[in-house]
Amino acid sequence: MTSTSEMTYRDALNMALREEMSRDPSVVVWGEDVALYEGAFKVTRGLLAEFGEERIKDTPISENTIVGVAVGAAMGGLRPVAELMTVNFALLAMDQIVNHMAKIRSMFGGQTFLPMVVRMPGGGGSQLAAQHSQSLESYFMHCPGLHIAYPSTPADAKGLLKSAIRDNNPVIFLEHELLYNSTGEVPNDPEFLVPFGQANVIRSGTDVTIVAYARMTILALQAAADLEKEGISCEIVDLRTFSPLDTETIIESARKTGRAVVVEECWRTAGLGGDIAHRIHEACFDTLLAPVKRVAGLDVPMPYSRKIEKICIPRAETIADAVREVVSRKY
Amino acid sequence: MPNDILATFTVRRLTILNENGNVDDALMPVLSETEIRRMYELMILTRTFDERAQALQREGRLGTYPSTLGQEAAQIGSALALHHSDWVFPSFREMGVQLTLGYPIHRLLQYWSGDERGQVSPENFNIFPMCLSVGTHIPHAVGAAMAARYRRDPVVVVAYFGDGATSKGDFHEGFNLAGVFRLPVVFICQNNQWAISVPLKGQTASASLAQKAIGFGFEGVQVDGNDVFAVHRAATEAIEKARSGGGATFIECLTYRMADHTTADDASRYRSPDDVAIWRAKDPIMRLERFMDLRGMLKDGYVEQTKTFATSTIDEAVRTMEAIPPPLTAEMFDHTCAVLNPRQVRQREGG
Ligand SMILES: Cc1ncc(C[n+]2csc(CCOP(=O)(O)OP(=O)(O)O)c2C)c(N)n1
Ligand SMILES: [Mg+2]
Repeated sequence: MTSTSEMTYRDALNMALREEMSRDPSVVVWGEDVALYEGAFKVTRGLLAEFGEERIKDTPISENTIVGVAVGAAMGGLRPVAELMTVNFALLAMDQIVNHMAKIRSMFGGQTFLPMVVRMPGGGGSQLAAQHSQSLESYFMHCPGLHIAYPSTPADAKGLLKSAIRDNNPVIFLEHELLYNSTGEVPNDPEFLVPFGQANVIRSGTDVTIVAYARMTILALQAAADLEKEGISCEIVDLRTFSPLDTETIIESARKTGRAVVVEECWRTAGLGGDIAHRIHEACFDTLLAPVKRVAGLDVPMPYSRKIEKICIPRAETIADAVREVVSRKY
Repeated sequence: MPNDILATFTVRRLTILNENGNVDDALMPVLSETEIRRMYELMILTRTFDERAQALQREGRLGTYPSTLGQEAAQIGSALALHHSDWVFPSFREMGVQLTLGYPIHRLLQYWSGDERGQVSPENFNIFPMCLSVGTHIPHAVGAAMAARYRRDPVVVVAYFGDGATSKGDFHEGFNLAGVFRLPVVFICQNNQWAISVPLKGQTASASLAQKAIGFGFEGVQVDGNDVFAVHRAATEAIEKARSGGGATFIECLTYRMADHTTADDASRYRSPDDVAIWRAKDPIMRLERFMDLRGMLKDGYVEQTKTFATSTIDEAVRTMEAIPPPLTAEMFDHTCAVLNPRQVRQREGG
């Protein structure tokens, strides 16, 4: 039996950083307000005191360069874990992410690895208005060469971040701002890793498959609990990583249930749910009992007002409605 | 000779009003008593607004709010040098500038209550939306100056930002372009010495921010940012220079962020109360009050009247703000684009 402790998503991430920094002196952490301030969301708490200024550095407000120096340092033999204060500021670093971080290994003919991680909190629902509430996972997933994780539970947060740091591929590591305080059991084992490319069937069911990730998984669980009372049995696939994407697990589940709902927090138009829905349609066309349905964010800049912000992001009710629709579909 | 001196540079620092309220007469701008009173009244209005906004935030009536405390001279002194037709690109901590330019107070409060409709600038106001992304509006200001130049419109464009913004590529690229095209733009940095928890030395190894302008081929000047006369003089000179074709200027107002970064921060975790106390003694309003007192301008209950008037003005604005109905769901679609696509039309209708 491996021992576990109950902790928050935030503390699980912190534990992963701490363990990997202790294990490997080439792991360094850089970002805005990560040292004394311990990060905008306090994920780097205690690291400055434990590992010192050489390994935990506050950078100037220069997002493109934060990622750029991580690329250079990764080529120079370090394993940098860069923190961008939020995913929204990754847009300022898109050239470094898309043109360099994602491509350098390929352009050098595989001569160099890029063992780096860029961590970024994101997601909506904190009343931070249009420019600070975005879900940009589809932007990253669109770009070949990046590995991308987005955990939904504290245990996955720990296990995926540790895998990300040990990975020789460049990793975009997304964290949800509304999950930092969520709690769960986390293995204490410093060798506990969650591999990339392995989705997690977090609830098994027979009528419909809900594909979700990060906070959307939590909402899907709430929807599934409500739907169970109506006699609808939902299976939930938590993606964990967008790249590699575990298409097999998604398809296996959709084959079994014959129906699928794909939930994404980002904008609907050209969102990653479209790609996933297509994979299901292509592989399960003959056995599907209904077209795959998508639940996604509305195609508007996020409003500042709390009241209408809620409407822009998928909710347990909208997921449940989508499930009812695919289940009741007659052919 | 292979080792000639190619160029040498100097960086000026301007102070006019000292902490005891005395001024350097040779540098003192020509200001009537009415103009000086206006400066004072706007500084009091800004501080009253700020105190009220923080109180409202604590009561849950406003969202997260960034205080302007201690930065009143930098904001009012510079904004008073603008013509009403000039264009202003603020960051998120320039409520003193907006109040000086007459931006409706209830709209400022509405914005910070979590309602972007507060950013809708009334007719004849050339104030652009607050920029919450650090420094990303600097290129916008430069572009607006290009447009004004092209249209032969004699306006000047002013961009406000903090010390932290000087680390951004937007700052360097925008400055460079403004230098190359000799544009009518004035960059005003409120160097309040902090960017959240990072002190200025974590942002730059440069001895001043002002000197960064030299590398882009235009003048940079540091002013005592808690000295409303120095700020006003430097801003007036820079704005008139820009208007008359002299190109860009960078003004670094050296001041101090007296409050937490925002109401969501606790600055005592990363800076010492002693440092804050040193700057409290340099308070910009206190300095102006001492100056006015030495000239007999505070007689007959003037200070109390000014404060009472500011309080009732803000009270009124809070009432107006709180009477505004919340936005409707459909409204968020209305300005997403000029014409919605069919999918957005369905989403707007709840389908
Ligand atoms: C591009 C970008 N990066 C990071 C942030 C997060 N952030 C908000 S304010 C701030 C500090 C800004 O410091 P400064 O420019 O000195 O302005 P001040 O807050 O002192 O007025 C940071 C890092 C942001 N809003 N935008
Ligand atoms: Mg600052």
